[in-house]
Order: sequence, then structure tokens, then C-alpha cells
Amino acid sequence: MTNAGLLAAVLADPARAEGLDADGWAAVMAMARAEQLAGTLAHRVIGLPVPEPVARWLADTLATAEQARRTALWEAEMVRRALAPLGCRTVLLKGTAYVAAGLAAGRGRQIGDCDILVPRAALPAVEAALIAAGWEWAKPDAYDDAYYRRWMHELPPLIHEGRDRMVDVHHTILPLTARITPVPDALIAEAVALGNGLYVLCPADRVVHAAAHLFADGDLAGGLRNLWDSHCLLEEHPDALEVRAAHHGLGREVARAARLSHRLFGTDVAQRYRTLRGSDAPYLRRLLARDGWGRATRPLTRLGFYVRSHWLRMPPAMLARHLWIKWRRGAA
Amino acid sequence: MRHRLGLRVGPVSFRVGSDRREPIHQLRALYAGYPAPDAAIADHTVRLEAPRPWRRWLRPQVRVAGDHELPGAVPLPARHALLAAEMAMNLQLALGHRRHILLHAATVERDGRALVMTGESGAGKSTLAALLAGAGWRFMGDEFALIAPDTGLAHPFPRPVSLKNESIAQVRAAWPAARFGPELAGTPKGTIRHLAAPADAIARMDEPARPALILFPRFGAAPALRPVPPAEAFVRLTEASTNYVALGEAGFRALTRLVREVPAVALDYPDGSAGLAAIERCWAAL
Repeated sequence: MTNAGLLAAVLADPARAEGLDADGWAAVMAMARAEQLAGTLAHRVIGLPVPEPVARWLADTLATAEQARRTALWEAEMVRRALAPLGCRTVLLKGTAYVAAGLAAGRGRQIGDCDILVPRAALPAVEAALIAAGWEWAKPDAYDDAYYRRWMHELPPLIHEGRDRMVDVHHTILPLTARITPVPDALIAEAVALGNGLYVLCPADRVVHAAAHLFADGDLAGGLRNLWDSHCLLEEHPDALEVRAAHHGLGREVARAARLSHRLFGTDVAQRYRTLRGSDAPYLRRLLARDGWGRATRPLTRLGFYVRSHWLRMPPAMLARHLWIKWRRGAA
Repeated sequence: MRHRLGLRVGPVSFRVGSDRREPIHQLRALYAGYPAPDAAIADHTVRLEAPRPWRRWLRPQVRVAGDHELPGAVPLPARHALLAAEMAMNLQLALGHRRHILLHAATVERDGRALVMTGESGAGKSTLAALLAGAGWRFMGDEFALIAPDTGLAHPFPRPVSLKNESIAQVRAAWPAARFGPELAGTPKGTIRHLAAPADAIARMDEPARPALILFPRFGAAPALRPVPPAEAFVRLTEASTNYVALGEAGFRALTRLVREVPAVALDYPDGSAGLAAIERCWAAL
């Protein structure tokens, strides 16, 4: 069965692209699109001798990625202007942070929402400032709203009325209901200032956050892209990881990210991360569950991770109540 | 996927995969004469697949899928797979294409100059394009006009013409020799029938033309003709474009250049023949 291993191999070693035939290219392009890694792939293989249609595709894809970068930076600037009077630190997260800090992980990256982290005490002021500057609630629903505010690590998503772009305001990096509780004050205190008044997480916390996002939250949708983030972050700052990861209770997730990233992308990591553990196998299967037509494969593995995502997110009784409310809502 | 087809339409190529045989069979008939993608590598992947495994057999359905998908898109019954294929190809272009600015428009050409007709669904773009093609104009496309940002030229994208409801009979009457796909009854847009693109449209699919007139047609109104100033044309074209925002500055330059260089008129017309006559008058007055 084909899987996204071919895409991972080309990302890890772009010279592999030179051996691809027409079907191989079609498969790599479709997988990259489906895994939101098209721009990343384009950055990796641009300049290599490729067939003419691929060169055209790469040029289109790079143009798209450049526009995504410009839009994301502008959105971050809009957020900065809205929050500047508050005087609290605004820390950019994920894609926006990678492009703002000029990191390898940002090269060609698709960027959706603008993710920011602010001190929890500042949330009401941040919310009011964003709404005054034109953002509005994307999901005006009483249950969802209350759920976000009580249990989540972020405010309900806000969307800008004019620019149609979403901002996710985080006060920590995992839901409050999750079993692991990272230390948000440390994330903000150690954050690194950019020239424009915004902040990004310190290098070690960037790795910790990427691993948390990948393995301690969610169902691994977009997992290969998130693992590529981890790969780039680990290559840029291989040191001082473990103390920091342990501090946030995320040592296991960071170790798994290091092992899988070494396996798929050849990341330069310490010797002990160079062999997979038995428990990594389902993660590897899930990360590569994509065929040459861009179709999602391995439905049972996917279902397993979907169930796991809810299990991680909340205790059983709460999960039952949540699913009951959601199901009744869907049935109505 | 088990059943597949590669085809190129002007500057854009597709590979279409299906888990059923008939859709590919129908596409082959409707797209007879189209070339394969250059070097056998397509720009876009389109998939016609069952939304759930049992939907391959039990009240079979197809879902519009591919490189780009719309979340929450409603699947179609399998007998409308051809419509799903056309929608899927449109969607890939609308969301993925960056080499040209895309206008939701029908385009025809005469004497090396292009007439670009844009308007909402139901304005009569496709019908007018088919009637004009029957009257000797070269058909360049009825869904998207592709304007190259660097040259300002319109590039052909001559797909089969999607005709709806009354316009099917009207075009058949005006153009008896035309070749049609199967009749798709009961679609969300009523009865649809695809008119195969004329042979010369396919033969000349790599030959661009300079836009000479932008037309905003409106079907079913009392006859009226009004010049559209560049600023209004610009705003209407940004609304008609699927990738104007995604192209950023290049899109802005391409559209401002287009409205500066090409006159625009709004045409209200009560029926096809009146529309045709009004277009010929506008064209002669250029």
C-alpha cells in the first residue's frame, strides 16, 4: 500500500526527487497538498532539475506560500496594533511565529489562523481590545462559548469583520481539562522579543509546544506537517530540550517527536532518539496514512486517534456529557 | 484509483480518478480530442469517490474531491457523476490556479479579439457563448476567463458548455450539428446538459486573444445598454474573480490594467436572439 513515506523521503532528501517518474511526481504533489506541505515541498525542491509541469506547479505553490506569509505577517501586525495599549506581552505561536522569526519551519508553510499567547489575567482586556478593533465571534453559540471559556486553552475563535481572518487567543498551550498542565507563566516569561514589539516562544519552548500540539492534543490531522515543524525546530536548536520539556510535563511527547522526526526526516538528534519504540508504531502509521491520490487511508487507525483525542482532552464523565450535548445538537 | 483519465484544457491539466467506471467513460466521450497533460503530469488531481464505502453500491453517490475541497459539500447521486467531475475541476482551478487571474466568465473570439462576458449564474453567459459559437465566433470557455498578468491576454479554457433547462433546447435549435453529453435531470440547478466544445475551440486551445470588450449581460430584462466606467467594472470583476485576493498585488495590477485598456458595457436582454444582435452592434461600434 502506498503511503506518505514517499513525500517524507523527498522532504528529507530533495535529491530523491530526481528519481521520480510521472506517477511518482503526481503522488508526491497530491500528498503534499493533502498534508498541507505543498509550499514546504516547493521550497525544498526548487532549483532542482524537474519536469516542466512540475516546475510550473512549484512556481504557483511558492507564490501561494509567499502570499500566505505576507498575509500572516500583516495579520500579526494588526493584532499588535490592537493590543499595544494594553502593555502585556503578546507571544506569536506556530506558523505566524515561524515566519515572523524567520525560522526554517516557516519556509513555504501554510498558515491558517493567527495564534497568540497572552497572560491569562489579561484575557478580558485582550478580548475587549480585539472586539473594539473589529474582530467578532466566529461561533456565537452559548454552549460552545461557555465550553471554551471554562475548559479550553484559548478563547472561542474571533474573526475579523473586514479581513475575514481568524485569531486564536491562547492563555496556555493545552486544554485545561487535559491531564498534562504546562506552565504558561514560564512560556511567557522566557519568550523572545522580535524587533516589532511582538514575542515568540524561546527555542526550547517552541519544540515543546510543537510536540504538545502534535501528540498531546488533537487527532493527528495535519500531523506530518506538524512533525516537519518539529524537525526544523529541532535542527535549529538541538540543545536544552529535556529540562524544559520535563518542566512542562511534556518530556514523553518531545521524545516521541524527536524519534519520529529522526525516522521520517533524518533529524540530527541524540543517539537515544535514533531508534523507534514499539509504542511509536501506531503514530507512524497514522502520520503516513495518505495515498498517491491524496486520499486519507487507514480508517481504523484514524478512528483510534480520533477517540484518543477526546480521551486526552477530558475526563470520561465530562466527555460523555459533552458528546451527549453535541449529539443532541446534531440530531435536532 | 481504478479508473482514471488525464486531460489538458488550454494551460491547465487534470488527472481524474474514479472508483466507478461510468463517470470516466462519460468524460472520455465528452472530452474526445483533448490532449493528455504535458509529460503526463497534471496540475490538479480530481477524485470522484463515494462519500462512504457503502455508497458505492447502496443508493450510490459521488463526492467532489481532490487537491482542493469544500468542507460540507453535499454529495451528488452517482448518475450525476459527470456534473460532479465538472464541479470538481472548476473547484481545483478556482482555489488552486495562480498563473492567471480567473474571472467567472464566458469568452468568445473573433478576428483575434476576445469578448469577455461575466455575470452571476443565470445571467446567460453560457447560453450566449454557445449561440455566438454557433454563429461563427471561436468558443474560448464558458466558466473561466484566464487573463495572464504579464501580457493581459485571455487564454482559452474551452471546456464543454454547461447548459441548463430552457437553454438546452434553444441551443439545439440554433445549432443542430452540436454534440451533447447525457441529459442530467433533477440536479440542484435543474436539468443540465453539456455541449461538447467545437472542434476548432479544441484545436486552438493554446491560442490566446487580446480582450476587446467586457460585457455584463443580464437575461430576462427589457433591452438596455449602458457603458460601465472602469471603477465600476473593476469592482464587479473583483467580485467575479475566484483568485483575486490570493494573487495579491499581481491580481490588482492585472485587473486595473484590464479595465483601463478594455471598454465595458452592461447589457440587459429579453431573449437569446436579441442578446446576439445587441452584442454584434456593440462589437461593430468598437
